[in-house]
This record gives sequence, C-alpha cells and structure tokens, in this order.
Amino acid sequence: MYTTILEPKMVKDEKSTVTETPETKTKIHVENLNLFYGEKQALFDVSIDIKEKEVTALIGPSGCGKSTFLRTLNRMNDLIEGVKISGKIIIDDENIYESNDVIKLRTKVGMVFQKPNLFPMSIYDNVAYGPRMQGIKNKAILNEIVENSLRGAAIWDEVQDRLKSSALGLSGGQQQRVCIARAIAMKPDVILMDEPTSALDPISTLKIEELIAAMKKDYTIVIVTHNMQQAARVSDKTAFFLNGEIIEFDETSKIFSMPSDQRTEDYVTGRFG
Amino acid sequence: MRKLKDLILLGLLWFAAFLTVAVLVTIVGFIFYKGIGLISFDFIFGDYSPSGGGGIWPMVVTTIYTIVISLLIATPVGILAAVYLQEYAKQGRMVRIIRFATESLTGIPSIIYGLFGAVFFVTTLKLGMSIIAASLTLTIIILPVIIRTTEESLKTVPQSYREGSLALGTTKLQTLYKVILPSAMPGILSGIILSMGRIIGESAAIFLTAGTVAAMPESIFSSARTLTVHSYLVTQEAGDIELAAAIGIILIAIILILNFSATWISKKLNKADY
Repeated sequence: MYTTILEPKMVKDEKSTVTETPETKTKIHVENLNLFYGEKQALFDVSIDIKEKEVTALIGPSGCGKSTFLRTLNRMNDLIEGVKISGKIIIDDENIYESNDVIKLRTKVGMVFQKPNLFPMSIYDNVAYGPRMQGIKNKAILNEIVENSLRGAAIWDEVQDRLKSSALGLSGGQQQRVCIARAIAMKPDVILMDEPTSALDPISTLKIEELIAAMKKDYTIVIVTHNMQQAARVSDKTAFFLNGEIIEFDETSKIFSMPSDQRTEDYVTGRFG
Repeated sequence: MRKLKDLILLGLLWFAAFLTVAVLVTIVGFIFYKGIGLISFDFIFGDYSPSGGGGIWPMVVTTIYTIVISLLIATPVGILAAVYLQEYAKQGRMVRIIRFATESLTGIPSIIYGLFGAVFFVTTLKLGMSIIAASLTLTIIILPVIIRTTEESLKTVPQSYREGSLALGTTKLQTLYKVILPSAMPGILSGIILSMGRIIGESAAIFLTAGTVAAMPESIFSSARTLTVHSYLVTQEAGDIELAAAIGIILIAIILILNFSATWISKKLNKADY
C-alpha cells in the first residue's frame, strides 16, 4: 500500500518542481519561534515558510511539538497557563503575537481538532455559530453561509434533510466534516487541522483526505498527522519535527523518497516513532 | 456454587432497594393516612384562626416568599461565583481556600446560620424578625450548594467545546454564554432543586429570623411563619399530629410542583437550542 501510494506522487513531484514558480506567496512566515511550558522548552528556534494554497503536513513522533507548533498559529496556546513564546509568526505581513486582536486572527485562521467537537446543538446552529457570533443575524445570509459551508465540506447531500436535528446524532466522520464546514463558515484563509482523522475509520478518513485535496484551491492548509501515508497522500510540503525542532522541511515527495537528514529517513521508514 | 452467590447478591440488592422504597412509602403513607382527612379547599386557602379550625394560607404564602426571594438572590450570585472560580480565576491557593470554605459551609448545622441571621440581619441591619431576614439567612445556607453544584457541572463541560468555540473567533464571554452555560444547565438546575428542598425543609434558621407570627404577612418586612415552622409548632405546642401531617402533604405537593416545573423549564431551555 505504501509504495503504490508514493509512486505517483514522486512522478508528479518531478513535474511540480519544474513548474513551481517563485511567485508562490508565503502565507505564514515563522522565524526563530521558541515556546516554553513554564520552565520546559517545547519548541526550539522553529523557522518555516508556509506557502499559500498548499497543504503542509507536520509529522513526527508523539511529543515532538508538532501540535504545539500548530496551536501557536492561531494562538490556541494562549489558553494554557504558563506558556511563553518568543520569535515571530507573520501572517499576511502582520506579527500575530504583536497584534492583540486574537478574535480577528482566529476568524482568519480556522481550526479542526483531533476529535469532532460539535456543540450540542443542531447541525445548522453549529455551522451558523461562528457567523452569528460575528453579528450576522439575517436569515437569508445565514442560510446561504450554512449551505455553502456544508457543500464546501462535502457533507451537504448527507445532512440537508436534517439540518435542524442534533449534530451529535451524526457518525464520527460526518461530524468531523461538519466541523470542517463550521470552520469554513468563518471564511478563513488558513485552516489548521490537528490529526483530524485519528478518531475515524478508514472510509471516513479517505473522505476527509479527498476533501482536503479539494479544499487546497481555496485555503492554505496545515495538517498535523501521525500517519505518514496520510502526509504522503495529501500534502505538498512536509515538515519533520523531532524534540521540538524542525529537522527537515521540503517537498513531501522528497521527504518520503530521499530525505537529506538521516533522522528523517529513520522516521519515515518506520525505524522509530 | 457461583449461581448461589449470584442469587444471594441479587437478593441483597433487591432487599436494599426494597428497604429504601419501603421507608419512603411508609413515611408518605403515614402522613397521608393521618393528614388527608383535614385537606380541603378551606384548609389550604383559608385564613389562619388562632382558636383552631382555620386554614394555612398565610404559611403557604410565607413559604413561597422565602423560596422565591432566597433563590432570586442566591441563584445569580452562586452561578456567577462558580463561573468565576471555574472559568476565570487563576487556579491557585486563593481558589483552593475559597473552595474549602464553601465546602465547609455546606456542613454547618443550620441553627448556627439562624443565630448568625438573628444577630446580623435581624439586629445589626435592623431588619427585625421578618421574611427578608429569613430569606437572606436562607440565601447564605443555599449559596454553597449552588456554587458547588454549578462548579461540578461546569467541570463536566468538555474542554473541546471551549476550544471549538474560541477557535471560531468568539470571545470568552460569548463562549460562556452560548456554549458552556447551556451545556451545564441540567447540573445547575439540579443544584437549584436541591436548594429548594433545603429551604422548604429548614425550620431552625427561619424560626430565629422570621419569628412565628401566624398571620398573613403584609410585606416581606413582616414577621411570619413558614409551613415547616408551623408544622413544628403545632406538634410541639398542641400535639396535633393530624394537622402536622396535613401540612406535610401540602409541603410534599409544593416540592413536587417545584421539581416538575424546574425539570420542565430545563427541557424547554434545551429544546430551544436545537
């Protein structure tokens, strides 16, 4: 399974390295990011440029800091007491840790979590939740946002007849796609995904992966995954994290076929992790 | 052999359940048996007559006053305090001390609260023996109950709801108001129901702060007598068990009505979300 999936990617990559134009805009620029949980340092001098409308995968063993890093991008780590951060994260020419408008940042940078975390409300209310909190009250506008978001998350056909029933009655995979719809409803530029399929069965996982591939044309996606095949299948670039550092960041195909660092090679070939 | 053990255990479980129900049925049965003969429209809605044979309407009104006033004060204060402790306060020494204090408060015998109320509300604040002094004393009694139950139910709201809401660019207050409190509602409500039980069951603290005037209260600043105090006095002074039992029936009815309406309100609130 592993090789059959990797093969076409490698071929495609040779083309894409040729066609890649220098114009591909950097969406998120991270420079010398250090993060401490109290006294314990969790991220060490992380620097990375995440390009617009690409899928960037973050891989690495458990506890390597990939989720911590992801959560710095929409400042979700602010919720944890005792977190200190130094360095720069610039999204669209703005250092997100200098500006104090976390609300604005989080409407621009959406997030999908490891486990589906829909609220105990109807499907409709879940998707409309974000826009409503932004002050949108007009029924027609809300209806349109909800429909477009659910379509964007490839779940409209499955739920259009029961928008008013509880979201918690859906299957795990459907719930996760409604979570994606809920994120899309905010019209974000960037969507962060923290192991979005780790709680799902293979078929639901496949659907989410197809969805990610389709969403790439509209959104910049950063996805944390512990599943290397998934990284290989869905991402354009891959960053390999180890002990809070980025060991290697490159085209996904290169990371999986000829990584330049021995540790990356050991990890992707399954020698540890 | 294993089957026998199973059977014995099942028997024990059955017996424990039976015992609990039996005690309840016996008490309620006794009260109904003794008191039902006195229950009539005039008994419930008639004015009290010191010479005997009158109704208990003034006490019903006083009881409802104390419930409503103490809940009106204790519920918002208690919920806000719990929200602060659970959602906003830095979890450190101070919060631990406050938690310990509220927990200790739930264990203090109510007569101590009554004495405090008599000294502070009745005398120092010059409220006199009155419904308001009793209600304020009751407020202090139920406040820890409401704070504890609200805190516990806030704890059961999954962290992922908070994260999910905040990640959508909402403020902490919006998250609290739209997601956390609605999810915690059933627990908060059970705290309120529990408090109502405490208020209705209270006699010592009310006796010391509202007095025992058996007449229709003119206002919340009047001295008055609640049903529980009345039932205590008629048993104590006149030894009239039938009358006390009849009052018991009315108390049970009030508790049932309040419980059902609280559950009904919570269901309504939940439906509104879907």
